Amino acid sequence: MGTYLTAFLVGGLICLVGQLLLDLTPLTPAHVLSGMVVAGAVLSGLGLYEPLVQFAGAGATVPISSFGDALVKGAVAEAERSGIIGILTGMFKLTSSGITAAIVFGFFAALVFKPRG
Amino acid sequence: MKKRGQTLFFDKPPRVQGAATVVGPKEGLGPFGLDFDKVHQDVRAGENSFERGERRMFLEAAQLAMQKAGVTDREVDFLLAGDLLNQIISSGFVARELNIPYFGLYGACSTFGETVALGAALVDAGFACTVLGITGSHNCGAERQYRYPTEYGVQRPATAQWTATGAGAVVVGLEGDILVRAATIGKVHDLGIKDPFNMGTAMAPAAADTIYQHFRDTGLELKQVDLIATGDLGMVGREANLALLERQGLDIGDRYLDCGVMLYYSHQQVEAGASGCACSAVVTIAHLFKRLREGDLRRILVVPTGALHSPTSYLQGDSIPCIAQAILFEAAKGGETKWAHI
Amino acid sequence: MTRHAELEKKQAEGKIGEYKSIYGPKQPKPPLAKNLFYAFVVGGLICVLGQFIKNIFIGLGFAPEQAGNPTVATVIFLASLATGLGVFDNLARVAGAGTAVPVTGFANAITAAAMEFRREGLVLGVGGKMFSLAGSVIVFGVVSAFIVGLLSAL
Repeated sequence: MGTYLTAFLVGGLICLVGQLLLDLTPLTPAHVLSGMVVAGAVLSGLGLYEPLVQFAGAGATVPISSFGDALVKGAVAEAERSGIIGILTGMFKLTSSGITAAIVFGFFAALVFKPRG
Repeated sequence: MKKRGQTLFFDKPPRVQGAATVVGPKEGLGPFGLDFDKVHQDVRAGENSFERGERRMFLEAAQLAMQKAGVTDREVDFLLAGDLLNQIISSGFVARELNIPYFGLYGACSTFGETVALGAALVDAGFACTVLGITGSHNCGAERQYRYPTEYGVQRPATAQWTATGAGAVVVGLEGDILVRAATIGKVHDLGIKDPFNMGTAMAPAAADTIYQHFRDTGLELKQVDLIATGDLGMVGREANLALLERQGLDIGDRYLDCGVMLYYSHQQVEAGASGCACSAVVTIAHLFKRLREGDLRRILVVPTGALHSPTSYLQGDSIPCIAQAILFEAAKGGETKWAHI
Repeated sequence: MTRHAELEKKQAEGKIGEYKSIYGPKQPKPPLAKNLFYAFVVGGLICVLGQFIKNIFIGLGFAPEQAGNPTVATVIFLASLATGLGVFDNLARVAGAGTAVPVTGFANAITAAAMEFRREGLVLGVGGKMFSLAGSVIVFGVVSAFIVGLLSAL
């Protein structure tokens, strides 16, 4: 499931694509990240993201594109189990930990820390 | 008092009776660190929010300026103030603390020019003996309002500018060793720049036009003005301004500075330079006025520049309307300009 | 459009084009090679850190396919902490997409917004503004996953 070397190379390359978009287009970081999530979802639908995860491990699961992949995987897996409604019920099945962690840690950080400016 | 073209000519003339600056820590580490009246080591100036810190700096600058001018708030006829925060709240809150009839102004980063021009006009016309003008900005307050939360990790483009933290206050009255001789009121220009990280380029046409109009209206020759200082065009806008003026036949390169380029050292990571209402105000008061007093400069043209967009107009795809005001200051001992030809 | 407005528009466009030719050549370019290098290296290292954390969780007895969740949560925790301590934005200044594209960027966007608007209150500040930057990632992720899911389910 991926080695440190493949994680470094693939993860680094995905970030490099992001940097190219930031520097060569007028897109803001929010635009680029949204686009990467959509790209992850599309690649997932085409069955191309899973092989990348197999090859690069965290190099493919740590970049934000894996968020799109995980949303699709959760929705599709649940849809196969319980029909079309599974797209709604399974959507956040695999991404729940990331979203929950971000909300909880973000909330407590806001309580503990003050922006330094 | 006369007007020709876009320029008001003051013959009384109104004078800078007292002026003071209060800045944040980063400005204190810049080239003029020792020239500011007060440098706060805390970005919030001891308050619990950036906005309240900005208000505090406004109030301190106002009090110091009045102290230097030898007046109390009861003796000041009008308060003219403006800032960058929505609904110019810093100015409103400071006006609450001072017992002075208040005009709230908005000219974005050009507000310093607007306060001095209107203050001088009120004094010259005899409506007032002393007018207090205050303006300033806060880096973090501006960031969170115009751009991103301060801890958000983004790379700033090379054209971006750093909103200065600080406040400058000027008492315009009838005594003092710096004269306000003329003010050219700028028109709003917009040449289609939409990138809020490239305000120097957006504002340069406004600055160039106001400078051109000033020389046309006053009939001054370039060599009669020792220094032209634009407000906050930064490294990028500065070049555009020079190129635009050169096309108009004004080669100001040998006597041209930009406050935005001067406020910080290049190693202070401010990309193209400083911006914000505080920028032209604190550089003019702390540095340029000092040089006028020392006799190093005799007559200077200060041209604060402002980008009149908002986060909403940017998101809706509108370009950035820009303005510049030009104020002609003169050292009292330097042989006064006679506006006889007007 | 009136004839006058049309004429003005044409004139303005001419002026805009002319101005572009004046400032265009003088615009500073982003240091692309340097930015790409740091984005690649820092982004790659964050993924290596992720892989390292994942291996630890596998060592702790998590099944390899289950180890992803605690890994992401840990990386998010570290990014939130770095944001709170005020070092994330300094690192991001150098790394650019290297810190923004990994899930660290998502955590930073949420934490930075939550911290920034704490002064506006817990409910309308922290609660209301938390997703002001990161929300678009969730919205576009969910909408695109919905469409992709629907297509593959049919």
